[in-house]
Amino acid sequence: MEGNVKLITDDGLRLDGRSSNEMRPIKLQTGVIEKADGSAYIEWGANKVVVAVYVREAYPKHAQNMDRAIVKARYSMAGFSVEERKRPGPDRRTMEISKVISEALSSAIILEKLPRAEVDVFIEVLQADAGTRIASLTASSVAIADAGVPMRDLVVGCTAGKAGGKIVLDLSKDEDNYGEADIPMAILPRTGKVVLLQIDGDVSPEEFDEATSMIVNAMKDISKIQRDALMKTYSIEGGE
Amino acid sequence: MPMDSNAVISEIKKGVILESLKNGKRLDGRAINDFREVKITENYIPKASGSAMVELGKTKVVAGIKIEEGTPFPDSPDNGVMALNVELLPMAFPTFESGPPSEQAIEFSRVVDRGIRESKVIDTSKLVIESGVKVWMIFVDIDILNYDGNIIDACTMAVVAALRSAVVPASKLGKEDFKLPVNSTPVSVTMAKIGDELVCDPDLQEEQVSNGRITITMSEDNHIHAMQKGDVGEFSLEEIRKAIKTSCDTGSGLRKELFKVN
Amino acid sequence: MKYLETKEIVYPGDRIEINDLRPRNGIYEDDSQYFSEYFGVIQKSEKFIDIAPFNSPYLPRVNDKVIGKIMDIGPTMWTVDINSPYYSLLHINDTPWHVNAGDLTRYLAAGDFIYARISVSNEIKESWVSMRDTGMRKLEKGQVILVKPPKVPRVIGKGGNMINLIKSETDTKIIVGQNGFIWIDGEPDNVNIAINAIKMVEREAHTVGLTDRMGEYFKKLKGGN
Repeated sequence: MEGNVKLITDDGLRLDGRSSNEMRPIKLQTGVIEKADGSAYIEWGANKVVVAVYVREAYPKHAQNMDRAIVKARYSMAGFSVEERKRPGPDRRTMEISKVISEALSSAIILEKLPRAEVDVFIEVLQADAGTRIASLTASSVAIADAGVPMRDLVVGCTAGKAGGKIVLDLSKDEDNYGEADIPMAILPRTGKVVLLQIDGDVSPEEFDEATSMIVNAMKDISKIQRDALMKTYSIEGGE
Repeated sequence: MPMDSNAVISEIKKGVILESLKNGKRLDGRAINDFREVKITENYIPKASGSAMVELGKTKVVAGIKIEEGTPFPDSPDNGVMALNVELLPMAFPTFESGPPSEQAIEFSRVVDRGIRESKVIDTSKLVIESGVKVWMIFVDIDILNYDGNIIDACTMAVVAALRSAVVPASKLGKEDFKLPVNSTPVSVTMAKIGDELVCDPDLQEEQVSNGRITITMSEDNHIHAMQKGDVGEFSLEEIRKAIKTSCDTGSGLRKELFKVN
Repeated sequence: MKYLETKEIVYPGDRIEINDLRPRNGIYEDDSQYFSEYFGVIQKSEKFIDIAPFNSPYLPRVNDKVIGKIMDIGPTMWTVDINSPYYSLLHINDTPWHVNAGDLTRYLAAGDFIYARISVSNEIKESWVSMRDTGMRKLEKGQVILVKPPKVPRVIGKGGNMINLIKSETDTKIIVGQNGFIWIDGEPDNVNIAINAIKMVEREAHTVGLTDRMGEYFKKLKGGN
């Protein structure tokens, strides 16, 4: 199938009309799950993801860490989230994603402030359209800030990759399926440190540089969307 | 998880490892980018379609391949199928447990799988028996027998060695057995971040003091086919670029030494 | 949409200029620079600079007077939800009653609310509450609502002026637990007005001139009746 799909049109644009460094539109909102300590909802292109955060004593008791919190992200996909029904429950892919998201969030949270606790991050992908792990992570870090868990920074994620021989930002589903490489990455913007990075496919070291600098450039916009989402929850209409 | 003294590194040991690294030395005398001694025993399991045992220092793994007939995935009727699984056997380390695979085992499996798959080691289009109906399925199972750090690289080596020796049992279908067509020789290089250093092929103690791991799998084209930042830890982009270069250099060396491929 | 005047808002990781002040709550240091741990507002006093988060979990502090909900009952103690990630414990000896071991439900059953003082709390956030102080008791009748723990000081107001205003304007009895649980008792209509007022304070806690605005709110409410 690969190679049969032309991912870059003759005028150099992508199939959905975007230029190589253009992201899909992102909408982000906090305070969407009333019972949760913090929550967020993100629409990233056609991806739709809900995140709820609960902070509580780790259970069972022997799982508690006396000097810091444990972060447990659980990435899950709704049965109806993909073309063919996904069987509910964890599988190898979702378990790996849960692990790398938990690890990335652990770098952002000041874990020592919450000894014995567990920060549960429940991620439900309602509709998947490439880039769900990065959309989930971006929303999770906002949900955690919404919960008032002490953090060093808000983690920002984005994907770049190679499609039709070109390095492009924020892969679409087609580019993800038929392209040459997929590079999800997340950083802590203040220090520029990478906390999530995976690659599969085929990129040269030079192409990797090109892709990562594209992602780094996009971070500022995503950061702003995260901040605006938090701000919106707390700004109130005044006067009459 | 059972408690065990092996799983907890002493503070004194931590201090020694960090102090020694400041002088560019590792406790076993290796330089930062050195791998431990690698021993590959090919055809270790003659009953398998292909196999290899790899000893990477004291880490010991066996990869065995079974090639069987099966149905192709509906969305790729003209490709054979590969499935890869890493088993962290309870015998290999006191805190490894039997039962369903842990998150850790799954991550290892998937990282090794991506390195092999994306390097296109196996040309799956040559594994079709009857288009859309019957293809050869390559089942790769890797048993971890002893764990002393860096499971990912030991597994990648074992899988590549096993695939290179694998034979497709076509005689079952009245045809002639043929060697599994192998197109590339990926090598994964895993580095642990210890203090400000990235050390290649960390042993168990080094893993226990590290803050994050990064695995980069490249093939003889010197392109990146899989990368994985694992465990809690942070890397600067500069460190990642350095890691890519290390993977490229160290990986080529290993490829030449272990597989006689340039 | 017009926004009320707000204090300076910061996000996790934002650099905080501390000048001559001492950084205290909600601020971490990295390489001799200071950064916010929360999404919240900067609060400066004569000596200190704090980040007051818009939301944060309640963490037990000794001598805080809290409202707790009985969750579980053991042979000699109750497990108490203090609106925190961490449960608190109440021992039979720390109650105003003479309770025999194994006979706890006669005094407090699951779902009951108590007003109690955090008597012990340690580094790992384990805590005990005591009811052996004046005013500490089981809360009968009334309603318990929840506000975000960081908003509690604003609900109380300087010297209690905000909560006293709400109490007198609505003719209700109110106990504000420092953990964010608030107990309100009175005529049902009055209780509802008090709840609305408290929710308004919670929503607008980070704005300037709130006490005045609440005064006007009640004035308008009376004018309307």
